[in-house]
Amino acid sequence: MTIRTEPMTVNIGPQHPSTHGVFRLRVTFDGEEILEVEPIFGYLHRGTEKLAEERNYTQIVTLTDRLDYVSSMINNQAYCLAVEELLGVEVPQRAKYLRTLTAELQRVASHLMGIGFFLQDLGTLGTPLMYAFRSRERILDLFEMLCGARITVSYMRPGGVFFDAPVDFWPALDQFLKDFEAEYNEIQQLILENEIVMVRTRGVALLPLDLAINASVSGPSLRASGLAWDWRKMAPYDAYDRMEFDVPIATGGDNYDRFWVRIQEIHQSIRIVKQCIEQIEPGPTRADVPLVLRPPAGAEAYGRVEASKGELGFYLVSDGGISPYRMKIRSPSLMNLTVTEHLLVGWKLADMIVTLGSLDINLGEVDR
Amino acid sequence: MSCVLGPDNILHDTLLFRVIYDFVGHLLPCWLSYIVAGGVIMMLLVNGVLMGAGLFSWVERRLIGRFHNRIGPNRWGPFGMLQPMADVVKLIFKEDLTPAGADRIVFMIVPVAMLAPVVLMMAVVPFAKDTALANLNVGVLYVLAVTSITSVAIFMAGWASNNRYAMFGASRGVAILISYEVPVVMSLLGVVLVAGSMSMADVVSAQTIPFLLVQPLAFFVFFVGTSAELNRTPFDLAEAESEIIAGYHIEYSGVKFALIQAAEFGAVLTSSAVMVTLFLSGWSGPLSSYLGWVWFLMKIGVLAFVFSWVRATFPRLRIDQLLAFAWKFLLPISIINLFATALEVYFLRDGAGTLDTTDLWIMAGINFGVAFGSLLIFGTLIKEKVRPARPITGVTLSSIEVS
Amino acid sequence: MVVRSLGGGELEERVSAGVSDSVEGSVDDALWINSSKVAEVAGFMKSDQRLDFNFLNSVSAVDYIDHFEIVYHLTSLNKQHTAIVKTRLNGRDALSLPSVYHVWRGADFQEREIWDLMGIRFEGHPNLKRIMLWEGFEGHPLRKDYL
Repeated sequence: MTIRTEPMTVNIGPQHPSTHGVFRLRVTFDGEEILEVEPIFGYLHRGTEKLAEERNYTQIVTLTDRLDYVSSMINNQAYCLAVEELLGVEVPQRAKYLRTLTAELQRVASHLMGIGFFLQDLGTLGTPLMYAFRSRERILDLFEMLCGARITVSYMRPGGVFFDAPVDFWPALDQFLKDFEAEYNEIQQLILENEIVMVRTRGVALLPLDLAINASVSGPSLRASGLAWDWRKMAPYDAYDRMEFDVPIATGGDNYDRFWVRIQEIHQSIRIVKQCIEQIEPGPTRADVPLVLRPPAGAEAYGRVEASKGELGFYLVSDGGISPYRMKIRSPSLMNLTVTEHLLVGWKLADMIVTLGSLDINLGEVDR
Repeated sequence: MSCVLGPDNILHDTLLFRVIYDFVGHLLPCWLSYIVAGGVIMMLLVNGVLMGAGLFSWVERRLIGRFHNRIGPNRWGPFGMLQPMADVVKLIFKEDLTPAGADRIVFMIVPVAMLAPVVLMMAVVPFAKDTALANLNVGVLYVLAVTSITSVAIFMAGWASNNRYAMFGASRGVAILISYEVPVVMSLLGVVLVAGSMSMADVVSAQTIPFLLVQPLAFFVFFVGTSAELNRTPFDLAEAESEIIAGYHIEYSGVKFALIQAAEFGAVLTSSAVMVTLFLSGWSGPLSSYLGWVWFLMKIGVLAFVFSWVRATFPRLRIDQLLAFAWKFLLPISIINLFATALEVYFLRDGAGTLDTTDLWIMAGINFGVAFGSLLIFGTLIKEKVRPARPITGVTLSSIEVS
Repeated sequence: MVVRSLGGGELEERVSAGVSDSVEGSVDDALWINSSKVAEVAGFMKSDQRLDFNFLNSVSAVDYIDHFEIVYHLTSLNKQHTAIVKTRLNGRDALSLPSVYHVWRGADFQEREIWDLMGIRFEGHPNLKRIMLWEGFEGHPLRKDYL
């Protein structure tokens, strides 16, 4: 007897606990297996690029916070680098170090979220997630000491950073670094070599390197496919040219590798933070820039950084006015989603959720 | 006037029932006091299970809070113990939604069908000496039969909800329950063989040493199989909240949701009770004639803690891996256990067909060897090779190799 | 600085040799190409041994009222250099240019986004529909005349 079956179309999202925001996937299933998948987004589209044309250069910093809201420091940095390139401003040394330091702390926070939610998607009832949150809270507390905000920091400005770090920031940072080692070890012990994590993620949703490059995948997802491409190394900005760190890569390109690369990158980020603390010297934290910035007409700049999700770029065009003529955001999360269909088709429903988690997308950035 | 329960009555062995029956029998006609005594015990059981479920929901939330480095519910009542009350009150006052296109009658029956087997299971579990609602001579079989009602209830929930996520959950749930029923039954056969009876009371009295020692493999299989049947991590696919949100009970709200939750938490307790009875020598312990129920509850508590612990620790398996685990790992080792036990019983039993404590110790020794051996062999067979920790590639500015 | 940005002159020399009638000129940091030859130039720049631009960073469109500019930021991961390629589309209505989807998959969402927000069609894109806004939305909001 043959059983009559038919494919079933399910909308995963936009209200789904594991799509990391208001993201929707229209998936056609054959039983549990995925036949077709179509990502649909735009639910969080706020028109940042249009808004930027109405605001002056300093005000736009606050808009960038809201792109990838779990790594706002890095967004600030990318934007400020682009504006500085437009203006031709040299940033003071101390500001460079402060930027590098906060960006790396933010990368740790963002990767912790990435790892935590990845494991949450694997079904761990939140234990590793809560461990990750514990450390992330400490980082956010440090940001609060720096600029009074925890998520939407707006700490950096074109020409430097807004405030120098308060005196009690440095002991608090030292204390955090000391505690973080033990806290992070707990997460790794709990989960890194867990048999079920291995079985669920290894060899699943393979991303071959040539496809990753062709589809403009960047960041940890690209490095997990076997290419050591990191803009911090390839085109060092701020103080990265004076930092010593490795670029962790994996060769498999599966879900486990993407997860593993993030785990290792946290170690490298902590290394960079420690070097920043050693090397930083007193000095001014903001270049002498006018209150209202007016880059020369016709100037263009593409400022790019290695954000926690991949290459984050700001393409700015100036017409000589107080606000950019055009601001284009090259968001890594959106680019990394290009390969969704390739990654998901043929795998099962449970793998789909985990694969999305391993890409570590952020809908604030995808939809902008 | 006094009523006497004849020795041929099925409830004759139940001390609690006889006490109540005698007490009411002075006031009421015999047929009525028979019903009243039964009703009293049923009240005790149903309420006991429901209150236990409420208490356990608080315990588990507090425990998992501690596992998470959080505090957990601690506001309402001492240590937040009244939190379940608050939850239930909240849920009762919530709107009771029935989705459009749902099969209304089936949809309504589901919470009851979920809760019934949980309570029914307790009927044959002796929670102290001579204190079970019914001392059935096929108690073990009864427990197995009653637990499989849950699979019907899960499928009814998924079907009636008219929701695709619920359908996913239901089909997963049924697949799991049917697969895991087999190794669970196989593992219990070993216990029945050693005890020489299917009656729960006899199994307890046969445990001069806990069957956990005599049947370690059976305990392992039963524990794993039970957590799969209870839908608890790492086997909680039927209600995987990160994948299919809440699975089969996604559309339930209000009182129905409260009942389903009560059934889930209660099921952990009753399954622990069955496990305590079958493997941890039930109510026996020092001073067990008086304190049997204390020992019983303490053992349940230990097992429930282990369930919470496992739940807070492990990620979830995928459906194919889960079924492979049942058929390729649990079933073979439960069959090995059954064969080993059968051979041991055949050679060790005396003329009357019974086993004394020395025989049990010998069996414990052999069975632990069998358990380690078979776990080792089958564990290596299904094991994924754990990737060795790789060194971080030392990429410096000059040594980047790009393909 | 490991990554070097190729100047417009260097690019012009190479590209005009590879694809005839494609280059319109060059400035310090960018190469201007003919909008009808975008796909061919893209294919050449990707396959050429010396240029080898295998990574598309971003595709941007800028509205200059009387014309639109499409800007491609490219990187060669093998040769470790970057380039900026620009093209110009005159007018405001029924704009279109060839899609580079088949050269770089990474152009997929960005070209859809430009169609959605700027109203420039990419010929040859297999799935050119609105991405951020819903189907049936009137207008293209990132244009300067959309208020």
